[in-house]
Amino acid sequence: MNSPGPEIVSLRNVGKTFESGTVALEHFSLDVREGEFVSLLGPSGCGKSTALRIIAGLSAPSAGAIEWPGDTASEGKIGFVFQEPTLMPWADVAANVRLPLRLAHADEVQSRAAVLQALERVGLADFAQSYPRELSGGMKMRTSIARALATEPQLLLMDEPFAALDEITRFKLNNDLLTLWQALRRTVIFVTHSVFESVYLSQRIVLMTPRPGRVFAEIAIPAPYPRDERFRTSADYAGYCRQVAETLGKAMGGAP
Amino acid sequence: MSDRALRIGLPVLMLALVLVTWDLVVRAFAIPPFVLPSPGLVLSTLIADGGLLWQSLLVTLTTTFEGFLLAAIGGIGLAVLFSQSRLIEYSLYPYAVILQVTPIVAIAPLLLIYLPQPLAVLACAWIVAFFPVLANTTLGLASVDHNLIALFELYQATRWQLLWNLKLPSALPQMLAGLRIAGGLSLIGAVVAEIAAGSAGAGSGLAYRIAESGYRLNIPRMFAALLLLSLAGIAIFFALSALSHLALRRWHESAVKRER
Repeated sequence: MNSPGPEIVSLRNVGKTFESGTVALEHFSLDVREGEFVSLLGPSGCGKSTALRIIAGLSAPSAGAIEWPGDTASEGKIGFVFQEPTLMPWADVAANVRLPLRLAHADEVQSRAAVLQALERVGLADFAQSYPRELSGGMKMRTSIARALATEPQLLLMDEPFAALDEITRFKLNNDLLTLWQALRRTVIFVTHSVFESVYLSQRIVLMTPRPGRVFAEIAIPAPYPRDERFRTSADYAGYCRQVAETLGKAMGGAP
Repeated sequence: MSDRALRIGLPVLMLALVLVTWDLVVRAFAIPPFVLPSPGLVLSTLIADGGLLWQSLLVTLTTTFEGFLLAAIGGIGLAVLFSQSRLIEYSLYPYAVILQVTPIVAIAPLLLIYLPQPLAVLACAWIVAFFPVLANTTLGLASVDHNLIALFELYQATRWQLLWNLKLPSALPQMLAGLRIAGGLSLIGAVVAEIAAGSAGAGSGLAYRIAESGYRLNIPRMFAALLLLSLAGIAIFFALSALSHLALRRWHESAVKRER
């Protein structure tokens, strides 16, 4: 299952020290291959969001380097889903999803089609004219995902996107995200602090230790896709979760 | 009785009570009109002097409107400029504050010396009205969701796109709140300047009528002019509230009707 495509992005000994003196990342190295689903797992404050922002180009590393081996220039090929839906409240769903295309001065007709397609993918085709305040939390997140997909990005970065949702909605969105990933075969880097979510979704989990944030261990989850509710309740799943949780415990024990 | 009926009915009832009491007091104590005219006399003066007062109202309203328009342009423009350049903000903001905290009544006579009277009155209306627009718009422009800014950055939005597609719409509620305050204030500014110009001025605004009527002890006309002024203020407030509601009703919490 783990189709070893070429590397899409490599972080080499990346460090990030904020002006306040806080060391968010130190000697952080990560290779992500094309088509992979990788999770960054760790407690809050371990620098996983910082790593994601550095990959997105929203934050500059204070040390180390980011390499984009393929032709995948970072520009326009990255979709980002924030922790909050981060929608423009004054614009309806369609306008929110169209935003990246509008900023890129994309062709009107083409972008309309792209928006419709993105909305269909996340199951919101009927809500194109709704305003964000009229949507539930899960639907807002779907809109946010549709917006990230609108530009057909090579790499999808997700920063604890479902952390604020209730469990039922989160499970549903987990399933839909996996279905999308299998259909589109984009690379996904998913930041989470949930052991269960990371095991359910990813091919590979990168465990991080806090202060300063660095990679403690990598664990592959070789369970086959498609994964569904049966996988969520299987003994295999429970086993992986225990393994990841134990490693996470060691990671936390290592840091005071 | 529904809430809506109460909200309209009670103030009307209050008004009727006050008017009746006022009228009774004037009659009972036989108060002469140059001390306190009865409500009926105020109304008949309003009708009798209608032409004159209407002309004056138009003069004052024109000044108010021009002052408001300039305040809106100046306030929003300056706020946008501040949001683009910290250097400009640091250089100019203190002076905007000074202009605001110095009482307009104290500035008006000076302006009347240096500027022709209509321009001085307009300048006063502008000075009082522009600061709330500036302060509120600045607040709005500074409170944009930082994740949305990051998103625009990610998609390499230009400065112009960031301003036009994100910052201005995001600041709209605060901007409209500022404009709503500015509407009332520009009327106050215009009136203060007209009063300051007083008998020295060749003006013919409503405030000038009030001052003039005061000198002539034409108290009923003073009341009539005052009534017109406050009606004008109310009209301005409602017009701007309606504008604000129209602009925000689809999306902003302050304007959205909630069903319970």
